[in-house]
Amino acid sequence: MNLAIKAEPLKFKFFTPGVIVLSLLVLNGLVFAFFRFVLGIGAVTNLSQEYPWGIWIGIDVAAGVALAAGGFTTAALGHIFHREEYHLITRPALLTAMLGYTFVALGVVMDLGRYYNIWHVMIFWNGNSALFEVGICVMAYLSVLYIEFLPIVTERFMGRVNLPGLFARFNKGIDRFLRFLDGGLNRAMFFFIILGVVLSCLHQSSLGTLMMIAGPKIHPLWQTPIAPLLFLLSAIAVGFPMVIMESILASRSFGLKPEMHVLSKLARFIGPLLAVYLAFKIGDMVIRETFVYLTDLSLPSIMFIIELVVGFAIPLRIFLDRKALKSPSWIFLASVLVVFGVLLNRFNNFVIAYKPPVEAAAYFPSIGEISITVGFIALEVLLYRLFVRVFPIIGQPDLSHRPRTKFAIRGTQDIED
Amino acid sequence: MKQSRRDFLKTAGILGAGLAGLAPKKALAAPKNVLSDDRMGVLVDTTLCIGCRRCEYACKVAHNLPSDPIESYNDRSVFAQKRRPDPSALTVVNEFENPVAGRAPINVKTQCRHCDYPACVSACIVGAFSKQENGAVIWDESKCIGCRYCLVACPFQVPTFEYEKALQPEIRKCDFCFERTREGKIPACVEICPMEVMKYGKRYELVELAHQRIKDNPGRYIDRVYGEYEVGGASWLYLASKEFEKLDFPELGPDPAPGASESLQHAIFAYFVPPMSLFALLGGIMWISKRSKESEEE
Repeated sequence: MNLAIKAEPLKFKFFTPGVIVLSLLVLNGLVFAFFRFVLGIGAVTNLSQEYPWGIWIGIDVAAGVALAAGGFTTAALGHIFHREEYHLITRPALLTAMLGYTFVALGVVMDLGRYYNIWHVMIFWNGNSALFEVGICVMAYLSVLYIEFLPIVTERFMGRVNLPGLFARFNKGIDRFLRFLDGGLNRAMFFFIILGVVLSCLHQSSLGTLMMIAGPKIHPLWQTPIAPLLFLLSAIAVGFPMVIMESILASRSFGLKPEMHVLSKLARFIGPLLAVYLAFKIGDMVIRETFVYLTDLSLPSIMFIIELVVGFAIPLRIFLDRKALKSPSWIFLASVLVVFGVLLNRFNNFVIAYKPPVEAAAYFPSIGEISITVGFIALEVLLYRLFVRVFPIIGQPDLSHRPRTKFAIRGTQDIED
Repeated sequence: MKQSRRDFLKTAGILGAGLAGLAPKKALAAPKNVLSDDRMGVLVDTTLCIGCRRCEYACKVAHNLPSDPIESYNDRSVFAQKRRPDPSALTVVNEFENPVAGRAPINVKTQCRHCDYPACVSACIVGAFSKQENGAVIWDESKCIGCRYCLVACPFQVPTFEYEKALQPEIRKCDFCFERTREGKIPACVEICPMEVMKYGKRYELVELAHQRIKDNPGRYIDRVYGEYEVGGASWLYLASKEFEKLDFPELGPDPAPGASESLQHAIFAYFVPPMSLFALLGGIMWISKRSKESEEE
């Protein structure tokens, strides 16, 4: 028996006090973004010749990529391993990934001195560069995410194209185009789903290679030859916690019941994934004998310990508890901790661990940098809210045996129909 | 030891990302890294430098950068702080205390070292940096996207970025007077130096010369030529009377800076094989899991 799921656009009041606060944060970010483009990077950031990368790279880009990992992990679980019970969460995860990567791209644009030359990456290849690998994969994966999202758009508008007035004459043509698109996507989607997972594995790990070339500038606690492996494992481990955190937040925000029957099952995977990551992380520390730095109580060592204990060890303990898995509060707390841990890990890798040989002044992000980062996050939340209103994203399991409705990503399902 | 470490890297890479990539061993447009035997270099004998900073002046003039009149360079108060190259000064001289009491302070000129295996060339996302046949490492404005990964990668903290420019900000660093040397002239700083601190010549000859000087004058120098082996060697070589690390030279091993990152990158992404294998593997899993689902349903 199949558990049919019908995702529908949600109905709820869009403007709440929270939304107004978020809008103000977005506006504030926009003001600083304006100055960044008119006056240059130096005018709004504390970046320097010594600290060329700050929180825009550490948080907006590196953490942004990691926290969007829910997209490829749920796609792998739901579509490649074909676990239909998880289809309920693939659409919200896909939306988060799509928005997340879009904002990664915007974050890169903010940070690039010559952002208008970003297309050079597609022309002037440097195969030796880890950054090139990351750049080209992120570009490709962003396109794949948009393609994966298209069926949701066609589903929403097929048979419902109703342009007003003058444009009404195009209604039929657009509808025919949507149907054509839908049919094509149906057949090709399996290819894009696998491609998305492959591209994700590639750039999630290559992000870890990025700072290797900085050599001794990176604190030994983070400068390890297995950094790519650690980045990949932590990205895989943070995918499901991100989905759980979001799902519970969304349920609360939109007045729905948390999907505990799915989320509890999903949470069972997280413990082992965290354990594997921690085993490599601690094993690496033991083999390279970097634990000697733990006792010097410098900023890097303290941040490392917080990352390891709060972000990974404590949630691991919670996720390994059978009873906690059944409680929305516990898995929410544990998921938030993992999200925090991975975010902190990326921030540490790119910002805290970096120390130039000759340092005149330490780096601390400016108001402008923080404003733009916060503005991006606020805008992402607002867009999420908007998208679930317009598109069928969040689903309720439909227990009546109605015929299969099209959902999530076609293609995977088409073959078996 | 060395071998096992490399093996470890490779295994870690294959396990780690387990996949492949877009970077075959020789990417089509990868920047060239020519290592000509006749590449040029400069030997800097810091024991001769008097800190007159004429090199700073000459550098600015040669690169069309705004400069104060040459007399202003006699002002020694700038030595109160350690300075670094920046977009308006591609080379700077710093002053350090002499360990021998009563002896003149030690002045050290710093600028791009023009590495034999430059981290910037390896790192640059669009291959805007290249190592030229004459040894110079230069930047190509037409490719650069301003990501500043070269600043992150450089072990000598050399490239600088024009943060104050909203449009067309440049990466600035010493270019070994690429235009001048092409016309047969010698680098501007070498030419102007009144103390002949710097000697411009073929790198291998300069290495011999440096060791000869140490041998002839063992009391004057510590027995090390900085730049001979550090991060695989550099075009600019230094002699000093005091440990280099105390003169703000970074402590670096003999392995080229891009080494680990490049070999890992190539191990993971060898000829697209690992990513394609992963694709095939996932495709197989998808097919099998779908079939088993179907047979369950029947």
